[in-house]
Amino acid sequence: MRWWKILTIVLLLYTFIAGLLITVPDVGNLQHTIRNAFFHIPMWLTQFVLVTISAVYSILYLSKPTMKNDIYAYSFSQTGILFGVLGLATGMIWANYTWGAAWSNDPKQLGVSIALLIYLAYFVLRNSITDIDKRARISAVYNIFAYFIYIPMIMILPRMVESLHPGGKGVEGNPGLNPDDMNAVMKYVSRPAYIGWILLGLWITTLRLRLAILAEKKSNSSFV
Amino acid sequence: MNAGILHIATLVKKDVLLEIRQQYTFYGILLYVASTIFVLYLAMGAPEAAVWNGLFWMIQLFICVNAVAKSFLQESSGRMLYYYSIAGARDFIISKLVFNAVLMIIMSLTSLLLFRLLMNDPLEHPWKFTLTVCLGGCSFSLVFTFLAAIAARARQNAALIAILGFPLMIPQILLLMRISNTAFVDVIQGGYLQMSLLLTGLDILVIALSIILFPFLWKD
Repeated sequence: MRWWKILTIVLLLYTFIAGLLITVPDVGNLQHTIRNAFFHIPMWLTQFVLVTISAVYSILYLSKPTMKNDIYAYSFSQTGILFGVLGLATGMIWANYTWGAAWSNDPKQLGVSIALLIYLAYFVLRNSITDIDKRARISAVYNIFAYFIYIPMIMILPRMVESLHPGGKGVEGNPGLNPDDMNAVMKYVSRPAYIGWILLGLWITTLRLRLAILAEKKSNSSFV
Repeated sequence: MNAGILHIATLVKKDVLLEIRQQYTFYGILLYVASTIFVLYLAMGAPEAAVWNGLFWMIQLFICVNAVAKSFLQESSGRMLYYYSIAGARDFIISKLVFNAVLMIIMSLTSLLLFRLLMNDPLEHPWKFTLTVCLGGCSFSLVFTFLAAIAARARQNAALIAILGFPLMIPQILLLMRISNTAFVDVIQGGYLQMSLLLTGLDILVIALSIILFPFLWKD
């Protein structure tokens, strides 16, 4: 077992134990739901990291077309979408208690819906092409195109529209969260939590990759 | 550089000539615009400003998918190889972007005319809105031209273009809705220039991505 996998387990155990036990500050009407910050926010960070890695592998594929780069780009985007769905689910449960409704047309909720639509379209595009090389190249092109439109979108839109999330229109700095809402003790939990969840995302992807590469080898050997 | 511009001009001219000779495609889209808006008029009558604005941009979206979709589908793969060898992929995509932008601006202006004729006229600043319509039609056509190229390569139809394109169009549509909202009210609102510049910035980004990525798409 690699060292970073042990680190993942330690960090996530710490996140769950400390995240549920520490004393949390009293912010607005959040009460104890603020503990969701250790679970909800890292989902977005992980999704962002994973789809970024996916776009990087698509660029690598265009400069050096190997099957490996294509499988990497695909697997990272798949795990990214998994974390996107988890982030949406944790966010909707949280929103149900603090904003009174699971869905309230918040720009960040719209942002994640757009991301899900983009990557689901990417999967549809992949499956619509049967030729393997052509599929890899066309989906790499779409992945890069979509990624570079998606990034300015999530940078611009939340700053333009009023939001129930902390940050947003009229607020300086990060549109996603307000660091002042967390006290020092929370930051001792939240920062390891971010790293832990990102590592978990990478870990899941490596498992998927091993499976995908084995399947690839098997299907190739059947031709020979 | 000059040779590049010459190639692009020739390719655009070729597209225009094809449109003039096979007029059924151009008039086909024009008829699509007219009948869609007429059906909408029968269904909705004269809606209020906010609904009018929303309907207008949604109709633009569908017109754009239909107008731009055929731009790559009509080219056979043998002819593609020919263009590729005489002009290069970059010149080819730029010529398509230019041609489709012009085509879409014509369609947008036509639908604006029909909207104002049939479905009430809530515009307080018609010229400002006309300008926005040109900018919007241009933005739509740029994104969908590249997606049409992808869909053509995947041997798929307009449905795939819509699936691929609608999520990517959302920032442009939201920006356009906000920009055009300023044309419906009497009071002067700030942010018009800033948002228009933002939209232009997005357009430039799309053009740059198209030019960089297109050669990979057509390499065989």
